[in-house]
Parts: sequence; structure tokens; C-alpha cells
Amino acid sequence: MTAAQMSEVQTILAEEFEAVLEAWFATQKREGVRRPDLFSDAESRRQLSELLRAFAAALQQADLSTAVDIEAEAWSDLRLALSEVTLVRTERGVAPWEMTAFVLALKQPVASLLQERLSDDTGRLLQEVSDFGRVVDAFAMHINEHFIAERDEIIDRQRAEMMELSTPVVQLWERVLTIPLIGTLDSMRAQEVMENLLNAIVEHQAEVVIVDITGVRVVDTQVAQHLLRTAAAVRLMGAEAIISGISPKIAQTMVELGVDVGEVTTRPTIRAALAEAFRRVGFSIARIEDTRV
Amino acid sequence: MNRPPGEPAARVELCRERDLAAARLAVSKLLDAMGARALRKTRFVTAVSEIARNALDHGGGGTLEVWQLARPARIRVLCRDAGPGIADLELALTDGFSTARSMGKGLGGARRLVDEFRIESRPGGGTTVEMVSKL
Repeated sequence: MTAAQMSEVQTILAEEFEAVLEAWFATQKREGVRRPDLFSDAESRRQLSELLRAFAAALQQADLSTAVDIEAEAWSDLRLALSEVTLVRTERGVAPWEMTAFVLALKQPVASLLQERLSDDTGRLLQEVSDFGRVVDAFAMHINEHFIAERDEIIDRQRAEMMELSTPVVQLWERVLTIPLIGTLDSMRAQEVMENLLNAIVEHQAEVVIVDITGVRVVDTQVAQHLLRTAAAVRLMGAEAIISGISPKIAQTMVELGVDVGEVTTRPTIRAALAEAFRRVGFSIARIEDTRV
Repeated sequence: MNRPPGEPAARVELCRERDLAAARLAVSKLLDAMGARALRKTRFVTAVSEIARNALDHGGGGTLEVWQLARPARIRVLCRDAGPGIADLELALTDGFSTARSMGKGLGGARRLVDEFRIESRPGGGTTVEMVSKL
């Protein structure tokens, strides 16, 4: 659309900016997405006004005869304004659907203004309403994509953080290490556990390693195989592995599965495993004699 | 294998390893909601983990669906893949048989952990496993 043949929407935004703003505001109020609990009227109006101004400016440059490409240069200021408002609103706890409804609420007031002004030209009215609808829809979709991208980023970051956190090898005493396993032991984590553990054995000159699976909910044949392979590798390094935290439920399930732990030492609790570890490295735990009497 | 009437309570697409955790979680949640005993839950979720892993590793991915059955209250899982299928089912269910370098106890083990176990497979036609457990 060239500047020469200004669309009715552009005229409306130029001549009745305040009216559109108020109507948009009113629609949001009616649909319950205004969130007066989070934003004052003045603040909300300022956000809407910025968006609407950016919107009007973008319409001057955009070409609506083809598909609306919100990533195009013409829309850059609007995208910026949109992400600012989205950020402010989501930081205060506005849900994605509310943010979408917040934008879509612009459709109806503009459509009724178009209807008033173009009542004698149905063809043009339909064209303008449909063009405007496409732009607002593209907008709403852009917001959704924005949300999804942001959420994916958070999930990826958390996954990476969890990966790092998930396999800490802790020295309990001289020559005694433990690795508490939590959650799922898939092939990737099993590989990490193995590497971290074997390196720690060298570093701490460990003789006993307690692999605690209290936090592992399901021990299927693959998890069992990972654990037994880890124990075998530990033995090749000259240390002994004790698997602790096998609950009665998991023990029964493993028997039904036909998993044989063979020579690997197991203990029901990490406490029992620790006592066994101390015995092997030549320490014992004794109560301090009460000298206060 | 007949699908029970109605929609499954949950459906999980098995495309990569982390989907196995999602499958276990979906079954585990439903068992909690149905008030299953802890041991039953551990056994069934472990069996689900075995067959879901088979669908992923040997079937090239698949779909797992979970149903809640009434009178008596039971849980039912259907796991399908479109992989190469299993040539000799008896052999595959034998402990210690494995085409991969694994324990070879998954399928037979899963059968021992549930109340009902059915498997259908033909070379080139994929594999379907059905498992039912009481609570």
C-alpha cells in the first residue's frame, strides 16, 4: 500500500487515535485481560499508546497486498515496542494467552470504526477489515513465537544446568567417595557418571566408591546394566563400588526382571554403605566416651 | 490388538531417549491418580520403561498409549512401533537373548512384571505390545 492511497485504517489511526486507544482499552477491560491488579490505568494507557503509535507508523510503510511478514524491516519498530510491552507484562505474571488476547482486542474497535466510515462501500470495507485482521493476527502469532522461543531458551539452559549438577562426586572421607544419583539414568548421564567417577577415583586415590541410587525411581535392565558396568570399571581402577539405596520395591522388581548383581556389593541405605566403606579402609565409628560425669 | 473404547488417558510419542522419561512419568502419574500400590507402580513403570525402550531402540520410535480400565480397576498400556518387527517371538522373550549388546532380559522381564502381556509382531510389520496390570 503506497502513501498515496492511504487505507481507511491509516486515516482512522491518524484522525481518531485517542478514540481507538480508548476502545482498545475498553475491549481489554471487557475481556478481562487488562489486569488492573498489575498495572495502573495510566501505565496500561501508556503501553497501548506506544504500541498503537508504532503500529500506525508501520502501516505507512508496510505492503499489505502480500502476506504479512512481521519480520520485515517495516515492522521493526513495532516488534521492538511489542517485545518491550510483552517483557514488562510477563515479568509481572501475565500469561501468554492473555498477552495474545491483549493484542487481538484491537480488532473489534477498529472494525466497528471501519464499518461506520465505509458503510456505503461494502467491497472496500471487507478488504480493509480482512487486511487489518491479517496484520493483528500476524502480531498475535509473533507474540506466541516470542513466548515459545523464550521458554525453549529457559528449558535448554535448565537442562544444561541440571546435567552439570546431576553427577557430583563427593569425598566422604580419605579414600571414600560417593556419587548420589537422582532422577533418570539414561545413556548420556550414565556415561557422565562413569567418567566423573573414574576421574575422581584417580584424583582422590579412592578405594571405595558408594553409588547411591536412593533418588533413582526406576531401575530397568538398562539402568541396571549401566550400574553394573560402572561397578566393573571401578573395580578395574583398583577400587570397590558399593551400590546403596536399593529400596524393597526396586529389589523385588529387579529380581523379576532377572537382573543379577553378581559380585557387586549392595546395601539398602547409604548409612549401611558408609559403615561398610569405613570397615574396608580401616576406620571404625565409635561413640565418644562421656567424660562429663 | 483391539483398542479399548474411548480416548487414552495419555499418549506419548517415543522419538528420543528423553521421551522414555516422559512415558514413565505419564504412567506413573495415572497410577498415582488411580491409587495404585507402591510396589505395583514400581513394577508396572519398570515394565513400561523396558517396552518403550525396545520400541525406541529396535523399532526406530513409536507411540505409547495409556488407558484406565474399570471393573476391576486396571491400567493398560499399548506400545506400537513400525520397526522391522521380531522374527522369532519365543526367542526374543527368552532371557539372555539380545540382538543388541544388552542384557536381553527386558522383554521377558516386562512380561513377568505385569498381569497380562500380549505381543504381536511380524517381520517388516512393526511390533505391538499390550500390558495390563491390577492396582
